[in-house]
Amino acid sequence: MSNPLGDTIIALSTPQGEGAIAVIRLSGFNAITIVDAYFHGKSLVDVPSHTVHYGKIKDESGRILDECLISVFRAPRSYTRENVVEISCHGSPYIIQQILLLFIRHGVRQAEPGEFTLRAFLNGQLDLSQAEAVGDLIAADSSISHDLAMQQMRGGFADNIKVLRQELIDFAALIELELDFGEEDVEFADRDKLEKLVLKIKNVISSLIDSFALGNILKNGVPTVIAGRPNAGKSTLLNVLLNEDRAIVSEIPGTTRDTIEETLTINGIVYRLIDTAGIRQAQDQIEAIGIDKTKEKISKAQIVMYIYDVIETTPQQLWQDASTYLGNNDQIFNPDKIVFIANKMDLNPYTSPEDYYKEGMIDKNNLITLSAKNKMNISYLKDHLYQMVIDHPQALNQTIVTNTRHYQALRDTISSLDKVLDGLVTGVTGDFIAMDIRSALRALGAITGEIYTDDLLDSIFGRFCIGK
Amino acid sequence: MFSEYDVIVVGAGHAGCEAAVAAANMDSKVLLVTMNMNTIAQMSCNPAMGGVAKGQIVREVDALGGYSGIVTDHTMVQFRMLNKSKGPAMWSPRAQSDRMRFASKWRQMLEAHRNIDFWQEMVKGLLVKEGRCIGVVTSIGLEIRSKSVILTNGTFLNGLIHIGEKQLGGGRAGEKAATGITEQLLELGFESGRMKTGTPPRVDGRTLDWSKMELQEGDKDPMRFSFTDTPRLTKQLPCHITYTSKKVHETLKEGFDRSPMFNGRIRGLGPRYCPSIEDKINRFADRDRHQLFVEPEGWDTCEIYVNGFSSSLPEEVQHKALLQVPGFESMKMFRPGYAIEYDFFPPTQLKISLETRLVSHLFFAGQINGTTGYEEAACQGLMAGINAHLKITEQDPFVLKRSDAYIGVLIDDLVNKGTKEPYRMFTSRAEYRILIRQDNADIRLTPLVSALGMGHMDLRMDRVKDKVEAMREIERFMAKTSVTPDQINPWLQSIGSAPLRQSVKLKSILSRPGVHIKDLARVIPAVGQFMSSYRRSYLDSAEINLKYEGYLSKEKDQVAKMNRLETLVIRDSFDYGKIQALSAEAREKLIEMRPHTLGQASRISGVSPSDISVLLVHMGR
Repeated sequence: MSNPLGDTIIALSTPQGEGAIAVIRLSGFNAITIVDAYFHGKSLVDVPSHTVHYGKIKDESGRILDECLISVFRAPRSYTRENVVEISCHGSPYIIQQILLLFIRHGVRQAEPGEFTLRAFLNGQLDLSQAEAVGDLIAADSSISHDLAMQQMRGGFADNIKVLRQELIDFAALIELELDFGEEDVEFADRDKLEKLVLKIKNVISSLIDSFALGNILKNGVPTVIAGRPNAGKSTLLNVLLNEDRAIVSEIPGTTRDTIEETLTINGIVYRLIDTAGIRQAQDQIEAIGIDKTKEKISKAQIVMYIYDVIETTPQQLWQDASTYLGNNDQIFNPDKIVFIANKMDLNPYTSPEDYYKEGMIDKNNLITLSAKNKMNISYLKDHLYQMVIDHPQALNQTIVTNTRHYQALRDTISSLDKVLDGLVTGVTGDFIAMDIRSALRALGAITGEIYTDDLLDSIFGRFCIGK
Repeated sequence: MFSEYDVIVVGAGHAGCEAAVAAANMDSKVLLVTMNMNTIAQMSCNPAMGGVAKGQIVREVDALGGYSGIVTDHTMVQFRMLNKSKGPAMWSPRAQSDRMRFASKWRQMLEAHRNIDFWQEMVKGLLVKEGRCIGVVTSIGLEIRSKSVILTNGTFLNGLIHIGEKQLGGGRAGEKAATGITEQLLELGFESGRMKTGTPPRVDGRTLDWSKMELQEGDKDPMRFSFTDTPRLTKQLPCHITYTSKKVHETLKEGFDRSPMFNGRIRGLGPRYCPSIEDKINRFADRDRHQLFVEPEGWDTCEIYVNGFSSSLPEEVQHKALLQVPGFESMKMFRPGYAIEYDFFPPTQLKISLETRLVSHLFFAGQINGTTGYEEAACQGLMAGINAHLKITEQDPFVLKRSDAYIGVLIDDLVNKGTKEPYRMFTSRAEYRILIRQDNADIRLTPLVSALGMGHMDLRMDRVKDKVEAMREIERFMAKTSVTPDQINPWLQSIGSAPLRQSVKLKSILSRPGVHIKDLARVIPAVGQFMSSYRRSYLDSAEINLKYEGYLSKEKDQVAKMNRLETLVIRDSFDYGKIQALSAEAREKLIEMRPHTLGQASRISGVSPSDISVLLVHMGR
């Protein structure tokens, strides 16, 4: 294990996914002081062990993240025999993520699988038979998280990191070359080029970090918008998919004023379903705002279910609506993003599905016929939604980093790269620059699982003629 | 005829000599067996010690009580501190040696040791009883008993020399190969491989035109390898630099069809970083020229070593091509370059102490482990010598961590990762190279062997204590003494550094690039007076500590994190088979490799962090 056991660690202790409340646990010497710094309520530093306190957690800018209950356990009277703080907060993945990130930004480390228990054991809290059970747990846990990580690395993320890492290695190799083979007839590393490369890599990594802050898609759901004219059956479909009444359903067009979010799980993939107010010319102020929101949601969504009423909608109307409201560029008709849903098929329409086909917009591959009211063909739609994510991992590209550990590694990378830049400015010698490049490589390696020394030498020997 | 020895060392090259000395200084009775007493401590290839990363190793060997540094200081013809323009971790001492004097000084020092005996003969086999090595058998059938054996066979095991299409059995030009040991080890269950290395031609210095080459002089103020008071170099010989050309390359290409490298006759793996000239031309076809270092072989000889021209092409092709090199127009050759293939034993078969896992009390050091280089061999010999003594006296092995020394990096790499090509040290292999510098090898290592009870360490320890104390005084002085703008601004401006507005501590001036203690001592009389009482090497080390404080402490933090696992020793009897929670691959690897510590286990490929957690749990902390 590369991480020291002496630092403060954090993890979500309740199961992933949405629940009424969630418990986030910190353990380590600084656990109490670091939570206290962002907790607005009693001073946790002063409270006795085994007490619970109500208050708010605010981030650096003073924004309230959540109202929480904080339990304080002082060393050695805690599970891990270290200072432990448990934060009970609301169970929204967004809130959980924000709280985790707040503390990670301030030096707390995401715990390894089983690390709380490992600490408990190392600090003498468990006996050997318990410990052995923990060993099995760690092994099982990590294989799951490994699978998860591998899933998450689909899409561009892993490739992105690999390319960056290789570029950095090639440059590090140039620096190493002048260090290890400076006596020989070799070219020297151009510091301006290095600076440009570091800036470029920093940009890419920054945007990856931003993508984490924005989305956390795989964990928190693929944003999926249900759009269509008023009364096309959006809310009914939503309810059928969720199998319960969530949205207000009525016969009056425009009933759904606000966008409503629910999550749906299909074969383990979480979809964040976003119902929208119907798309049409707004007749009152409130609805106009709703429609603007809808358009915004569509543009940010990863999957759009465009639903239409086969009785009320002619093919021409559908094509026009689709072009107008889904945008005019070709990308919007990308079958990876859009599925058209012909609703109310139970009402025996005059038109057949084929009548709605239009080249470059709708064909049998992205048109599904169903009846939301009679739950007809719903499983077919679910399969289709699943395939849209699975068959087209590139659809996941827009939000890439989903794993908190990856996020942390990226932040470490950035801070090392900043030191490289500092070093370049102050003109320190190559060995010190190399040291910071190495720690950047080490951080990236935490994501790709690769070590660098051999890569570095391979890069040197592959490219340069050296050796007497 | 022989009584039982504590340690028998087979082979008297750089590894064998250091092994004998280390064991003897630990107070073991040692027998050094060599095929030829006239070739003890031969420099088979280039007449030089040190260089980048290698120089650091020689300093470490010296700090650990080895003799390579002392011998080098006594016999060098030129000294240079390489990489002086780079950071202190990169400064690397290199000496051009007198090949004959080097060997004779070594022999003299070995003979002066009362614990070392000699025997000249080939060892053809080992005495092994119940998985334990108890001596050796020589070619005439003598059985010599010992409590442990160290094999340092170099390139001699089934050595095969290639010059063009000619093949000669031999361990070095003009010397016989050694047979029997490989075959016996294979029978005992060892795995062996084949490696290749090469050496360039030697030429007659009287026939070279030096005016056509660049001159490369030694340092004006030459330093030394040893931390003891070896003599200073007062007179030096220069080296020269010349280049190959397209014409030379064309000539060499004429011989490619007869090159054992290209026609598949050599199957051993050669080092990528020490390529033959034909390899360089072949792999880097776009380069019009390659650098050649023309190096003297000693004070009393005109023999010249053509560094950079290693070749196994037919001798007449080597000869014809060299004649086209500037300065070599009327060159006469003494000996052609050649390639040599030899047996090695993948070092993953060793424990971290360099003892083999298959046969106890048997140690390997040097090229037999797949390394290349005198320095790499010497340091393994030293470690094997110490560990053989510790083994027979039933003590824990002496292990250097990756953060302790280059030697630690080398052995850790060998034992855990193995090597596909002859392993040479580079600074880039050492993740903590900022900490393991040539200037502090004594502080890092001398106390460790002194604590082991190695003989003759008292003076060295006094010196270390003196140095540490002096550095503390210097650092304190720099931290508390102020300097005023008047005192320093004229000089700062003269070197283009921003002038001071108010008084600051000397230490903060020192942190600026291009500012050194010796400058401050010159510019400010009070500083000069204070510093004059300290040795230059103490000032250098103190300056490094002050100047790079931030980097050093960051690196130390990193080491502290890593070392948590390095100190957790896994007992030999640990039963990995019992632990279901380990991944199948990890269990298999761990059973095979039997790592010494958890840190070592964590570097074995296939062992994941979660496997390490599982082990931690099972080891009960």
